[in-house]
Formats: sequence, structure tokens, C-alpha cells
Amino acid sequence: MSSPTDAPDTPAAAADTLRGGPRRGRGRVRKGFGRGVPLPLLVPALLGLAFLVLPLIALLVRTPWHSLPDQLTSPEVWQALKLSLLCATAATAVSLVIGVPLAWLLARVEFPGRGLVRALVTLPLVLPPVVGGVALLMALGRNGIVGQWLDAWFGITLPFTTTGVVIAEAFVAMPFLVISVEGTLRAADPRYEEAAATLGASRFTAFRRVTLPLIAPGIAAGAVLAWARALGEFGATITFAGNFPGRTQTMPLAVYLALQSDPEAAIALSLVLLAVSVAVLAGLRDRWMTAS
Amino acid sequence: MTHTEKTQKAQKTQNTEKAEKGEKGEKGAYEATGVPGPGPSEVPAGAPAGLDAHLVVDRGSFRLDVALTAAPGDVVALLGPNGAGKTTALRALAGLTPLNGGHLRLDGAALERTAPESRPVGVVFQNYLLFPHLTALDNVAFGPRCHGATKAEARAQAAEWLERMGLAEHAGAKPRRLSGGQAQRVALARALATNPRLLLLDEPLAALDARTRLEVRTQLRRHLAEFEAVAVLVTHDPLDAMVLADRLVVIEDGRVVQEGTPADIARHPRTDYIAHLVGLNLYKGRAEDHTVHVDDGPAITTTEDLTGPVFVAFPPSAVTLHRDRPTGSSARNLWQCEVAGLETHGDQIRAALTGELPLAADLTTVAAAELDLHPGAIVWATVKAAQTHAYPA
Repeated sequence: MSSPTDAPDTPAAAADTLRGGPRRGRGRVRKGFGRGVPLPLLVPALLGLAFLVLPLIALLVRTPWHSLPDQLTSPEVWQALKLSLLCATAATAVSLVIGVPLAWLLARVEFPGRGLVRALVTLPLVLPPVVGGVALLMALGRNGIVGQWLDAWFGITLPFTTTGVVIAEAFVAMPFLVISVEGTLRAADPRYEEAAATLGASRFTAFRRVTLPLIAPGIAAGAVLAWARALGEFGATITFAGNFPGRTQTMPLAVYLALQSDPEAAIALSLVLLAVSVAVLAGLRDRWMTAS
Repeated sequence: MTHTEKTQKAQKTQNTEKAEKGEKGEKGAYEATGVPGPGPSEVPAGAPAGLDAHLVVDRGSFRLDVALTAAPGDVVALLGPNGAGKTTALRALAGLTPLNGGHLRLDGAALERTAPESRPVGVVFQNYLLFPHLTALDNVAFGPRCHGATKAEARAQAAEWLERMGLAEHAGAKPRRLSGGQAQRVALARALATNPRLLLLDEPLAALDARTRLEVRTQLRRHLAEFEAVAVLVTHDPLDAMVLADRLVVIEDGRVVQEGTPADIARHPRTDYIAHLVGLNLYKGRAEDHTVHVDDGPAITTTEDLTGPVFVAFPPSAVTLHRDRPTGSSARNLWQCEVAGLETHGDQIRAALTGELPLAADLTTVAAAELDLHPGAIVWATVKAAQTHAYPA
């Protein structure tokens, strides 16, 4: 089973498309199908396009437009939406604070086992989210290897709390940010950091005052990807944080639950998530596609 | 324009330029105007001022082993072909590449274990590497800021530097809005703003187009002449080296092959690379009175009276070519050659000749046509003894 709202499969590729795509294509665009696209390629291509677009069209077609305003203004929907936005934003913030330095470490410091560390960082990307949730329980659950001490020493319980939602989302979303930022860092010219060093900047100052501003677009793109992934996170969240309305029930969870009792509500909620996704994509386009 | 031609020009302009440069009473002008700011120059009393370096960098198949000394006020150019190790030497001086051996002392202080950010060294990088997200002013203020100045102080110092470089009106511009020459001056101001005791310039003019180059070279020479500490620049362009530097250190394959004033090196090349750079035919041989027996080659008659191992050099323009063996020629040196290749060289044709003495000869397009020169053609080459120059090896 895959999570209901799958994010792009690799963040780096997605980020590349978002940032570099149009620049590469400019001036080399072939007009129409003038050069003759081979049929064995054209047919599957159109099929693929239909496969991706059709479900979205179906969602729009089946939307109960009459009852939509009522559905969307119901307190349950607002509660879930607010919680979703809050948790996704918090998870993105956590990912930024610890993910960007991790990306820098992977990109700029040579240490033994770097390849292994990179593989470990990437693992949550391909790991089924439910497994991630179970793993989080084993680590941070009340009887988890770290969680039991958190509970015993500080009285902190993470599972089945809003903080738990943030942790589950960050666990799943951070690799997107790390991979994206690491890619940007590798592409950024390290000689700027050397120039900063010759001017008397320590490595941290060089990072803060030179590297960070230079890779800001890459960080932003990675953050948006991570945020979108966190917003749609389902498997790890429901496993680690449960499904309590107002506390841990985010939009995807609400959609899934509503589908069993009130399909119209499920469609309305899905529509909201779709709108948010489209808005994110549109925002990215404005920032990085037309600007470059 | 090729190296040789530039070099010949350099030799011509050199004398006048050196004359201007001679008024080095100006030295220390920057010091006198006193840019306030911390300069990490703890000079031990009585220590020899300037640069004393022996740079050893091992990189598998490549080994750099270069000794370099310079007094304050000196401008030293590291000249050499691509891959000779010039940039590695510069990076080693800046601390960006660690030394595997040797030593590095600046004004008596040992620096080989000092991190790049703690060395009193300023670098003008190839392509300048101005921080693209900062204005020209903030680029220059970056160094003082890192050395503890407040934002306002750093900016005031930076403004002063830009003023001095004639860039006051571009203070607010981002690097991408600056022309190549302006960017070069901002980079120089940025490097100087930390009051370095050693200024390093990596191919400072390579990123400029030909027209800007001339102007920027002149300005750079003036700024370098005013700089009171040691300046080391790296270039593969002999003209830049000869105009900008007081002393050339020629590096080939990680080693110093020749060292001296530009005039000396231009007149007395000691390797094929330098001879090619300065546009001379160069041979090594053994002299007996006025005759030099070239190693594995014929004899060359010269005007100098020498004995022992010598170099003989003469310019391609000293070579005269003949279709048939000349009879009435007064030239003492006559060789039969085969044309190996032809290329245009400014408004002339340069012929590469093989035979008993491989050499390059310059001739006009008309002469080349009259001689019916083509690869494989057999010609006779003559060189007057008075146009050769022999010196001890």
C-alpha cells in the first residue's frame, strides 16, 4: 500500500525539474510534432499523461459543488486543515534546522563511511511510511529505546501527540530536503567558501554569510518539497501518532476516515489538499521557473 | 595575438614602463593613508621582512617543489605552462592546499600550520569570485567584518577602498552588473581591505577581453607598485608577467626552471618553453671561440667568444629563407631545412622547419608565396652571426 498522496518519487529530480527545466529547454524547443514522434513512444506517452491526469479530473467531476461550502466550513475540516498546516510547517522547520547542516556535512566534509551515511539518510525516502511509523514507535514510543528514558526522566511522551505528528512527518519529509540541498551544495562553487576563508572568515562564518545565501533557492525548493510531503504524510503519522481529531488527525487521515462514512466529505477534503498542492506548484513556478 | 608577439611588444614597452615604475618612492602610499582595521602582522623584532617559502606539495604523480623569496614591495610573477603547478603554489601560500613539506615564513612568522582564515594573506582569484549576493561595497567590507570591525566601520573602510579604485559610484552594484575590469578592481579592493602582508593574484587578467586587458593591466601595475608588502601573481601570459612583475619565477613541471628580471629572462631563455614564450629559437650546445656546436646538431657561428656549455638564441625574424642554396650570402650560418608547417602570425607567416636544425622562421606573406612554401618543401635557411646571441648555460 502506498500513502494516499504520493509526493514526487525523488526530490532531487523534482527540484531539478522545478529549477533547471525551462532554462535547459529554452531556445531548443521543437515546435509541435513536426519532427515526427515515433508511434511506439507517442501512444504510451499519451497513455501515461492520461493516467496521471484522469484521476484528478474525476475528482473534480465528482465534487459535490452544491454542498461544498457547507462541507468546507464545518469545524472538523477546519480543525484537520489547521492541524495539517501547522504540523507540516513545524516538520519543515525541524527538517531545515537539522537537515541543512546534515546536507552540508554530506556535501562538504569527507569522512569515512560517507556513502553509507548518505544511503541511511535516503532510506526513509523509499521506506514504506508505515514501517517508518513502527520504527519511530520502537525508538520514541513509551517503551522505545529512547522513549522510555524520555518518559522516565522528563515525563515526555511523544506517540499519539501533536508533537508525534510533527516527528513522523519530519522523519518522512526530511530526506527530501537533505537530498535537494546536498545537490544544490554540490553544484555550488566551493571556491566561494575558499575566497571567504582568505578574507578571514571561519568555516561557519563562510557557511552563514556566503554559502547559505548562495544556496537559498535550493533550500527553498527543498523546503517546499518537504512541506508538501509532510502535508500528505499518512502511514507514519497514523502508526506513530494515531488518529485523534483535533490532536493528531491531519487532513489525509480525515480523508481516509471520511471516505468510509461520508464520501462527499472525503471528496471535499481531497479537493482542499489538491488546491494546496496546485498552489504550491504555482508558487514554485513563479519563484524559480520564470525568474531564471 | 600570440605569445611571441606580445612578448616582443612587452620587451619594447618594458623599458619605458620600468622607468615609470622606478619611482617607487610611492611605495607605502597605502600604508601612509592608513586604513584602520586589525591586520594580523605580529612581526617579531629583527625578523627578516617579506616572504620566505619552500613549497612542497605531493599529489600522487605530481610534485610541486618550489622555493620562493621576496622582500616587501616586490612583485613576483610565477610564470609557467598550464599544469606546471603555479596555481597549486598560490593555493599553498594561501593555505588552501596543505604543504607536504618545506616551510612558509612571512615577515618572520611561520605560517605553514596556520589556517587560511588566520593568514595575513589576500587573494585575487581567477574569475574574481566576488560573492554574487553581496554588493561591491559589502564584498569589500566582508574581510574587515571578519576581522572584527563593526558593520559601519567595515563599510566605511570598504567605501574608502572603492573610492581609491575609482569605483565609488558602483558601490551599490551587485557583481553581475559590473564589467570585467570593474569586477577585477573590486576583487583587488576586497583582497587589500584586510591589509594583507602577502597579496596573491591568480591569472588576474585572464578573464578580461583584449581591449579591457590593456587598461586594467596598466591600473593593476599602478596598484601593485603602491602595495607595500609582497605580491605574488600567477600567469601563463608572459606579457602580463613582464609588465606587472619585478621578478619572474618560471615554473615547469612543479619546479623552478629559471628566475630573474623580465629583461634577463626575455634575453636569456634557458628552456624551450620560455624561448617559445618570448619568441626565440633556442639551442643548447658547447662553445669553442665563435662556434657553438649544438647538441645533436650543426654548428652555429656567433659573435660572442665563449667556451663550455652555452645557449644560443635568435629570433625567427633573423632567419632568411631561400629556395636554392644561396651563393653570395654573407650569412655565416646556412642550413638545409624542410617545411613542417605554416601558420599566420600577425601579418606575417611563421614557418616551422625541420632538418639538421629545427627552427622557426618569420617571413612576409609575399615572400612565402614567392618561395612557394608548403609543407614538405625544401628550403635553405641563413642566419647572420650578428643576430644570434650566445650565453653560458
